[in-house]
Amino acid sequence: MNVKRVTLFAGHYGSGKTNIAVNYALYLRSLGLPVALGDLDIVNPYYRAKDSQAELEAAGIRVIASAYANSNVDVPAIPQEMYALTEDRQTHAVLDIGGDDRGALALGRYMPAIAEENNYAFVFVYNRSRPLTRDAKSALAIMREIEAACGLPFTGIVNNTNLGRETVPETILASIDSVRELEQLSALPLLFTAVRSDLAPLLPHDIGEIFPIALQKTIW
Amino acid sequence: MAEKILMKGNEALAEAAIMAGCRHYFGYPITPQTEVAAYMAKRMPKIGGTFLQAESEIAAINMVIGAAAAGKRAMTSSSSPGISLKSEGISYMAGCDLPGLIVNVQRGGPGLGGIQPSQSDYFQATRGGGHGDYHLLVLAPSSVQEMADLVFKGFDLSEKYRIPCMLLADGTMGQMMEPVSLPERSAETVEKPWALTGTEGKRKPNIINSLALAPHELEAWNQVRFERYAQIKENEQMSESYWMEDAEICVVAFGIAARVSQNAIDTAREMGIKAGMIRPITLWPFPEKALRAASAQCKAFVSVELNMGQMIEDVRLSIKCRRPVSLCCRTGGMIPTPDEVVAAIVKANEGGKQA
Repeated sequence: MNVKRVTLFAGHYGSGKTNIAVNYALYLRSLGLPVALGDLDIVNPYYRAKDSQAELEAAGIRVIASAYANSNVDVPAIPQEMYALTEDRQTHAVLDIGGDDRGALALGRYMPAIAEENNYAFVFVYNRSRPLTRDAKSALAIMREIEAACGLPFTGIVNNTNLGRETVPETILASIDSVRELEQLSALPLLFTAVRSDLAPLLPHDIGEIFPIALQKTIW
Repeated sequence: MAEKILMKGNEALAEAAIMAGCRHYFGYPITPQTEVAAYMAKRMPKIGGTFLQAESEIAAINMVIGAAAAGKRAMTSSSSPGISLKSEGISYMAGCDLPGLIVNVQRGGPGLGGIQPSQSDYFQATRGGGHGDYHLLVLAPSSVQEMADLVFKGFDLSEKYRIPCMLLADGTMGQMMEPVSLPERSAETVEKPWALTGTEGKRKPNIINSLALAPHELEAWNQVRFERYAQIKENEQMSESYWMEDAEICVVAFGIAARVSQNAIDTAREMGIKAGMIRPITLWPFPEKALRAASAQCKAFVSVELNMGQMIEDVRLSIKCRRPVSLCCRTGGMIPTPDEVVAAIVKANEGGKQA
């Protein structure tokens, strides 16, 4: 994988950006790199990168998130520390961008610094199992809306097609055609396919790079 | 069955409502149910339906009354404080014998409370909530799939019995994502000879009203309505049993609390404790029959709730206090852990009292 200094994950609401961002930050850390993860989600009141804060910090990853995330303070907020992600160029930054174009608006203020440094990957996370991105054309429309909102063009695609705990290899295989079409329509490369780690060995080798991920645990 | 897709609870219930023939949604945003309104705002204009963000919750419920009186499948959704605002209108719906779906994706209370999940509107939902003698049909989903399935059920029963229906979910149910298979079925059509559809000069005007000028008339309306309630209690109790065949300890839990409890029961079984669960799906009518049957077999009951202990009263009433009932609860947006539920089961099994 071609690692950039800044990696931003955005995509349709519920595409799995947060989980990918958390797993990618852990991956970078496992390479021995200094890593910080920024939770730029101003849309979701529940299920955020902050849920994984203890695990990330135990791995030595700095987590930058609103003090209000997961609290009862229902305001979209971004802490000033978020600027560290663009200012501290010795640390690898992973950003979890909120859902859809509304979520991507928050990225706008960091965009000039990210574009100026020009060492970033802006990744579109795609899940074909979501109702509003069942085909490449509808995914492309969302991609364009996000780009318009934040002013940054995407540089690659991650296939994160899944049905949560019910994901089977066929779930992912059913997405291959849509992903290939999305690659063509957008002229962007597929960077990897994210797969729950126990499913990774069950997939064929000709679908590109496989990125094994762990799911966040729940008590239900 | 359709291919499964991954949906948020709030999205699934919104799409199910559309599939069930609802074309009239009136709402007002509030966390954690805002996605319902957002979804309806995107979908309704594309299918010739009406999405209207009202100026307040009170306006929204009164719009539901209007659409329902015209014989249309109408709905609104909100979260706890918003439901309190709607309660006056809900009472009017009950008084007018109007069907309709009211979704409550509960958050912590009382007052402004918080935005995290809760089940603390149980009393409000099952006792009526607004003023006057009435009930709502109250359905409690415990998965995203059920968020969709119970929307169909809710509309159908609501129209069959001319009673407003409340889907009582919580923030976790609304926000969680799970695979869903949306049913491929057409909406059940119920004849509504009472609806205000225009007389065309062929019949006397229908009147929909909750005002009775004579006390004896109001009493008679209430009595007729309660005869319908008795039919609902007799015919529509729904619950699901888990590992109840030989259970000695019966956990009673609904919604997200039932999901946590199921894990706890698995652990208790591994410890050699014969625990099982009755999960109410209808909270009103409460599944008294299932509970009563369990009271012959089980030595103790544990009510697991995301509130300070509300459903526990219905558990005690259903089993006529024949067995000890203890409470395992968290509140304020907190969820009991499986370990906490296991501890409550162990204690009940040892004969100790918790609540």
